[in-house]
Amino acid sequence: MESAEQIRERILAGVPGADISVLPNPAPSAQHSILLGPGRAREIAIFLRDAPGLKLDLCSNATGVDWPQHGYLEVVYHLYSVELKHGPVVIRQRTANRGDAVTLPSLTPVWRSCEFQEREIFDLFGVVFDGHPDLRRLLMWDEFKDHPMRKDYVEPDDFEWEPTPHGDVLAKARGHYPAAVPKEGPAP
Amino acid sequence: MNVPDLQALASVPGPAIRAVHDEFHGDLLEVSMGPHHPSTHGVFRMIVTLDGETVVKLKPVFGYLHRNHEKIGENTSYLASMPYTDRLDYFCSMTNNWAYALAVEKLAGQAVPDRAEYVRVILAELTRLLNHTCLAGFLLQDGGASGTPLMYAFREREKILDLFESLSGSRMMCNFQRFGGCRVDPDPAWLAAARTLADGYGRFLDEFERLLTGNEILMARTQGIGRLSPALAVGAGVTGPILRASGVDYDLRKVDGYGAYPRLKFRVPLGDHGDTYDRYMIRVLEMRESISLLQQALADLPAGPIMDPKAKLRGFRPKAGEAYGRIEGPKGEIGFYLISEGGPNPYRYRVRPPSLINLTILEDLCLGHSIADAVVILGSIDIVLGEVDR
Repeated sequence: MESAEQIRERILAGVPGADISVLPNPAPSAQHSILLGPGRAREIAIFLRDAPGLKLDLCSNATGVDWPQHGYLEVVYHLYSVELKHGPVVIRQRTANRGDAVTLPSLTPVWRSCEFQEREIFDLFGVVFDGHPDLRRLLMWDEFKDHPMRKDYVEPDDFEWEPTPHGDVLAKARGHYPAAVPKEGPAP
Repeated sequence: MNVPDLQALASVPGPAIRAVHDEFHGDLLEVSMGPHHPSTHGVFRMIVTLDGETVVKLKPVFGYLHRNHEKIGENTSYLASMPYTDRLDYFCSMTNNWAYALAVEKLAGQAVPDRAEYVRVILAELTRLLNHTCLAGFLLQDGGASGTPLMYAFREREKILDLFESLSGSRMMCNFQRFGGCRVDPDPAWLAAARTLADGYGRFLDEFERLLTGNEILMARTQGIGRLSPALAVGAGVTGPILRASGVDYDLRKVDGYGAYPRLKFRVPLGDHGDTYDRYMIRVLEMRESISLLQQALADLPAGPIMDPKAKLRGFRPKAGEAYGRIEGPKGEIGFYLISEGGPNPYRYRVRPPSLINLTILEDLCLGHSIADAVVILGSIDIVLGEVDR
């Protein structure tokens, strides 16, 4: 398997002007990753999938990572080649910020295996994938508002809604949302 | 470099579906199958649109068993996540443990002694036998062979679970692997019992196959049903026996050569047609290879420590970095992706669930077949909801 630097050179030769950089991984696993800049991610992905000598036809794992200390969300893909039996090549994309509707290009049109995994990232991290054929929540229900895998996620107080909240629930709610909670009184 | 049309790629083509209310042809029927349907192997739900009895659209719905396993993993220490991995695919806790241990060992650069590598192979192959036997039983159950094959399968499973119980103390939630080895060293009595089981399993398989493999009803119900092409299988990230049933030679035991597998001899069976019958047959052939692997590993089992003496169990804090480790589980590639920031808990803990990703192709396999075949196709994919929903 070529090193991440060599793969970077290859991408630059195949997709001229691509904005990519290598992120070293200090762990003994030495699985260094390639960061794709905004813009041409899908073009680079198609190159990685089809280029002879790389042929990374299996996107094994796709997942999100939340980095509040750096101010972005990250999506990580682990690519392998079934044909040439090598891998992993790790590619990453980063969002501009950690807002509610941050978008990244979807790689589902390139690797169908991302279909459910990107839906899961959308569900749990809140990254909106541009070009995904069927972007819905995967694990949480459709009416759910938040993204539980974000580091600053706070479980809502009406998580298990009860028609007559008792003392403990009200006290907990008051701690989180001091203004929004009505005063304790007889149940409606 | 020939770049395909991105717009065309983005719209995944589906079959032409007529309107649900069509006065001339009659209405299509939308059936919500599950989450309490007995043939969906747990709380899996699919919304199936039927034209008569033919499936014209199928959308799986997930999440009924979701407990955010990954968040729990971020909030507990590395070792404390080990028992949680048992609960992912509760049929195969030994391989889940191994995949997680392997990922952490990659992250921390932890070595594993030879004896532990062999014990891991023995336990993983026992798990494979257990899983594939039960799969064949459940597949026949889904096909309408009520009881008999499943009872035979469960009788054999019980023997393997007894072995697990005497070794780890638990039948299904084994919590057995550790970073740098295994928790318990199997004693000679246990190894003798495992050898007896491995030697006798072939006879059970012969009997099982006499009942099933040439069975006319099984053949009629599964041959040519739910064909999966190799290109679609690879593109959709399908792994494990389903991928090999489509004729793609990709077995992580050979490709990655982890554990003691490079030192053992085995063949990788491949299918020709990629239909449901091939997916059944692949499992039977893999079980035969597993028996041979078990016999070799039990014969070659080296003496020595079961845990690396330098392994650190308490106060385990790997240095900052990340690692992705994967093994060939009975259901496919089970992988763990870990990011460490140097703390006692992983910063990010991700499970790559083979069952969930193998379900990507469920709709493609079922389209055009009858609803009864959809049940059999789902049975041949082999899902466990503890892992699909996490």
